[in-house]
Amino acid sequence: MSDSSLRLVWVYPDLLSTYGDQGNALVVERRARQRGLDVQRVDVRSDQPIPTSGDIYLIGGGEDRPQRLAAERLRRDGGLNRAAENGAIIFSVCAGYQILGHEFINDLGEREPGLGLLDVVSTRGEGARCVGDVLADIDPRLGLPQLTGFENHQGVTHLGPTARPFARTVFGNGNGTGDGTEGAFNETVFGTYMHGPVMARNPQIADLLLKLALDVNALPPTDDRWYEALRSERIAAASQPA
Amino acid sequence: MAGHPGNPEPLSPRAKLAVTAGKAAAAVSRAAGRGSGSVIGGRVALKLDPELLGRLAQHLDVVLVSATNGKTTTTRLIAEALRASGPVVSNALGANMPAGITSALAGGSDAKYGVIEVDEKYLAGVARDVAPKAIALLNLSRDQLDRAAETRMLAEKWREGLSGTKAVVIANADDPLVVWAASSSANVVWVAAGQEWKDDAWSCPACGGVMQRPGDDWFCGECGFRRPAPSWALSGDHVLDPHGSAWPIHLQLPGRANRANAATSAAVAAVFGVPPQVALERMYQVQAVAGRYDVVSFQGRDLRLLLAKNPAGWLETFSLIDPPPTPVILSVNARGADGTDTSWLWDVDYTRLAGHPIVVIGDRRLDLAVRLEVAGLDFRVCETVDEAVQLSPPGRIELIANYTAFQDVRRRVGN
Repeated sequence: MSDSSLRLVWVYPDLLSTYGDQGNALVVERRARQRGLDVQRVDVRSDQPIPTSGDIYLIGGGEDRPQRLAAERLRRDGGLNRAAENGAIIFSVCAGYQILGHEFINDLGEREPGLGLLDVVSTRGEGARCVGDVLADIDPRLGLPQLTGFENHQGVTHLGPTARPFARTVFGNGNGTGDGTEGAFNETVFGTYMHGPVMARNPQIADLLLKLALDVNALPPTDDRWYEALRSERIAAASQPA
Repeated sequence: MAGHPGNPEPLSPRAKLAVTAGKAAAAVSRAAGRGSGSVIGGRVALKLDPELLGRLAQHLDVVLVSATNGKTTTTRLIAEALRASGPVVSNALGANMPAGITSALAGGSDAKYGVIEVDEKYLAGVARDVAPKAIALLNLSRDQLDRAAETRMLAEKWREGLSGTKAVVIANADDPLVVWAASSSANVVWVAAGQEWKDDAWSCPACGGVMQRPGDDWFCGECGFRRPAPSWALSGDHVLDPHGSAWPIHLQLPGRANRANAATSAAVAAVFGVPPQVALERMYQVQAVAGRYDVVSFQGRDLRLLLAKNPAGWLETFSLIDPPPTPVILSVNARGADGTDTSWLWDVDYTRLAGHPIVVIGDRRLDLAVRLEVAGLDFRVCETVDEAVQLSPPGRIELIANYTAFQDVRRRVGN
């Protein structure tokens, strides 16, 4: 951590906050405060420089044109790449996930360079949009319970050798590659297609980011009964699609 | 219907047959207990005569009303205002796609005006078919993202569909997406109707630049796209007309958003020669629309029923409810008609409910529970509206629900 407070950076809400993903920032902030941490949340609009001294960076999903604009501005700004070099924890969703990779297909149907922070390449799927509840098993190395989320995308994301699948789907599409992978991660950078928002349904992901940022192995417990109730309901719902 | 007496061009035999077949289908649907039958009736009629909608409309002066929020209420307000000048036919029950619109128009053979609510996705097509005299555009914001088109793409479709229209477009100058959509039209009347929700218009619809929003103004810092000078405005509880006269708004409907709808409706009425004073006086007649804003008595308590379907709608609703300690019941479903993704709950600022006793119900009460927990609010979770009402402390209860949750509540409380 840079000083006594945890700096949580919410990247480009003007472009990438269309699918409720700011809930991830709210959950991380809330769970940090419940542990008595002093949190400074910084919302960075796309005409402002990305601070390089943040501890956790969150990027959400957005529509196709804002996604291209965000990629252009993030590349020009360079701040997120510098933050990553500084060891910051970065968690991205959907359009934001694609931006962190090497490239994706933009709204003009062209290949748009990403930030290269995750070893993934995204294309656009030919079939129907992937919409619905997802259930997946998170990579056991991360020590997290099952992943529940809502997907709503047409992307197909292929993982390169230095990215690991974040999870293996039990129900739903995830990366859309047909190989059952969902999301990607390396030591400090995470990507997922899951909305919901994903932290509301999987608060332990928020805790994982806090532990990585604080470099601790455990956090004081919180009262998670509503999260747990929601998780049970959604996991059951994903297993029995309507 | 036996044609349009007194109209220069009576319906063709094919159109008459289509209308008759449509009414028969509607009657069968009603008899089977499957709703009003207006949609099935319209579908049958349109199949027999695909140009029926245009044919039915050609004898009318038509106003189209579209938006993400406020369509149904504004349609009612405009219809009431125009009745000052002649009979009106309207799809007052909110069946707002081509089949429902066709069915509504088929029932209004003696009307002079057609006041038609149109689903956002169908506006361009309906505008082409019915050659409206006026089109009212209120607002555009995120809604049902799991199945609807992207919000900015909707604005783009409106813009393309309305370019070259002969209609007078009455549009909200305070919504950049609406301004972008309307500015392809030659004849626009801008109304400063306001919009609390701003989170779908931070990037310029023209060039993608970041929007600057000092006070009530807005402009793009890069391409110069900016808020047009309005000729009508909502100012508190008055409408300012183009001459600068202020006319009081008296509505039975609550809230800033409905005063905005009244301001737009007054501007529409003026296009048809109905003066604002007359139009606004008539709007007082409009009571609860399809149960919305209704106060019902249930288990000895007064419940006000408020419909809010998306983040912009919830925001406007929070601003009209009675202050704490008024109890609030929230109900959210995620069935087909609601959109099946509940992520949007996180775009709603529930901290605005701080101080209200809160009970949550609905199919997705657990999503709401987590949302409120993270917002740091106290709340209780109940299975049913009955239980929620029993748990609520004394006083009139504000009940806010999204689409199918609202229908569920209406059915239960006997409204």
